[in-house]
Amino acid sequence: MREAAGTMRSEFIGLYGMVERNWYLIKRYAWWEIAFFFWTAANTLTIVFIAKGVEATGGKVDIDQLTTILLIGAVMWSYLGIVFELLIETVAWERWEGTIEYTFMAPLTRATHLLGTGIFAIGYGIVRASIVFVAIAAFFGLHMPNANFATALVLIAVASVSFVGIGMMTAVLPLISPEKGTQFGYVAQGLMLVVSGVYYPVTVLPAFMQWLAKISPATYALRGERSAILDGATVSQVWGDIWPMVIIGVISVPLGIWVFRRGELHAKKHGKLKRSG
Amino acid sequence: MFAVEVHNLRKEFFRRDATRTRGRKRRRRVAALEGVTFTMERGECVAILGQNGSGKSTLVRLLSTLLLPDGGSAAIFGHDVVKQSRAVQRLVNRVSVEASFFKKMSSEENLAYAARFYGMPPSATRSAIPEILERVGFPVDRRHEGMEHLSRGMQQKVALARALLTSPVLLLLDEPTTGLDPRSKLEVQQFIREVWTSHDATILLCTHDLTEAEVLADRVGILDRGRLIALDPADVLKEQYEAETLEDAFFAATGRTFEDEKDEDAERGVFA
Repeated sequence: MREAAGTMRSEFIGLYGMVERNWYLIKRYAWWEIAFFFWTAANTLTIVFIAKGVEATGGKVDIDQLTTILLIGAVMWSYLGIVFELLIETVAWERWEGTIEYTFMAPLTRATHLLGTGIFAIGYGIVRASIVFVAIAAFFGLHMPNANFATALVLIAVASVSFVGIGMMTAVLPLISPEKGTQFGYVAQGLMLVVSGVYYPVTVLPAFMQWLAKISPATYALRGERSAILDGATVSQVWGDIWPMVIIGVISVPLGIWVFRRGELHAKKHGKLKRSG
Repeated sequence: MFAVEVHNLRKEFFRRDATRTRGRKRRRRVAALEGVTFTMERGECVAILGQNGSGKSTLVRLLSTLLLPDGGSAAIFGHDVVKQSRAVQRLVNRVSVEASFFKKMSSEENLAYAARFYGMPPSATRSAIPEILERVGFPVDRRHEGMEHLSRGMQQKVALARALLTSPVLLLLDEPTTGLDPRSKLEVQQFIREVWTSHDATILLCTHDLTEAEVLADRVGILDRGRLIALDPADVLKEQYEAETLEDAFFAATGRTFEDEKDEDAERGVFA
């Protein structure tokens, strides 16, 4: 019993260590963080201006609604990007710095290692996405009188679990392929976003992409967020978007840890746990 | 119980050749370790001598659970490195030829990160980090500086501090002084000796520095092309091979000198 409590304590300290290390890196790369933030904000602006462009070229649209739809899509894209990038780089960054061997020879479970990164990614991603959302909404003077931000928060919390689970599966790619893994991780992230209706309803996609949209948690997160912010939907009203994400999360997190563990064994078998770069 | 017990340990890698067959690079098997067997007593310091590509780093990686063997077994204080890897990880730490840190982070931040993985909370590292840095001869007032601003010798001292911070009972040193200037090299060697005498630590030192091996170790092993061909005190080795120096003994045992290692490394292509 005492041994189990000691192990549990060590795992929590390890989890805290992952969050703490990522915080240190954010501080040390502060100017890059500022640059990325402005890049994200500028990118979001260019997308949201599309609504104004449609109106200017004679299109008949509810300008406030289209602006909000695009804003939610752009912010969600950037949030997902942060979560995925941090998870993919769990291995890639350590390989580049050369610390990978020290991390993988430490007495810490892989679940703790990955969850620590996931927790930091969620917290950091939400803070950054929220600042971009508020800034761009203020820039356009958007009014969201019906918005139910509590529902929006519940949705993002539930969605984040499944995003982390899928991110863990992509994090294994740099582990099994030091040369190409990170690149494939970004391809997987891009594909997931394309099929999830970031700036359009998924019904406009070809049939096979619509099928893929059904297994992407981002589809439900985007649809739910739009209902919550545009229509003020309550949690019970977006339950239809929540339960698929719960199922994907329950499956993807343990599956992600299992896949990563298999990847680790493959890397240990073939001598791929070493520095490169 | 032995501190380290290695029996018939084997590891091989596949190496891609530059030549192509039907558009694909050919792969060939390269044995990194072949039937390595030895034991180490608790508190002993054993040096393994070998050229680049002889399998020294493969041996260290197998003992530190970073590689899975293809055959044979290895146990640390009775714990199998494959089946009981978590127990082994709690007992072992290592210093390698590359200091390997997050370069933008400070030494204090890097050490804190490493310590958390071994269950050390902030309350413990707050005082432990400056203390260990002082012990390895690192100027404590520079512990907030990014690693990228430190010399190679300084970085290697921090690497030693990282390994010792977690109080390992088996310390694996993989060419810890390679590439250091003479002064830093001497300081690191002195510290290794101090750790060995003042702690209950067992040390496996892989090196191609013959003097370092002779001065620091109880026994010296010669690893050649993945095979451990000798493991005895330096004096016994010299006597056995009728050599005046350890270098002559190494030459007599392997038929080659350290100057040959460039060609050898390229030919074998295993990760050293």
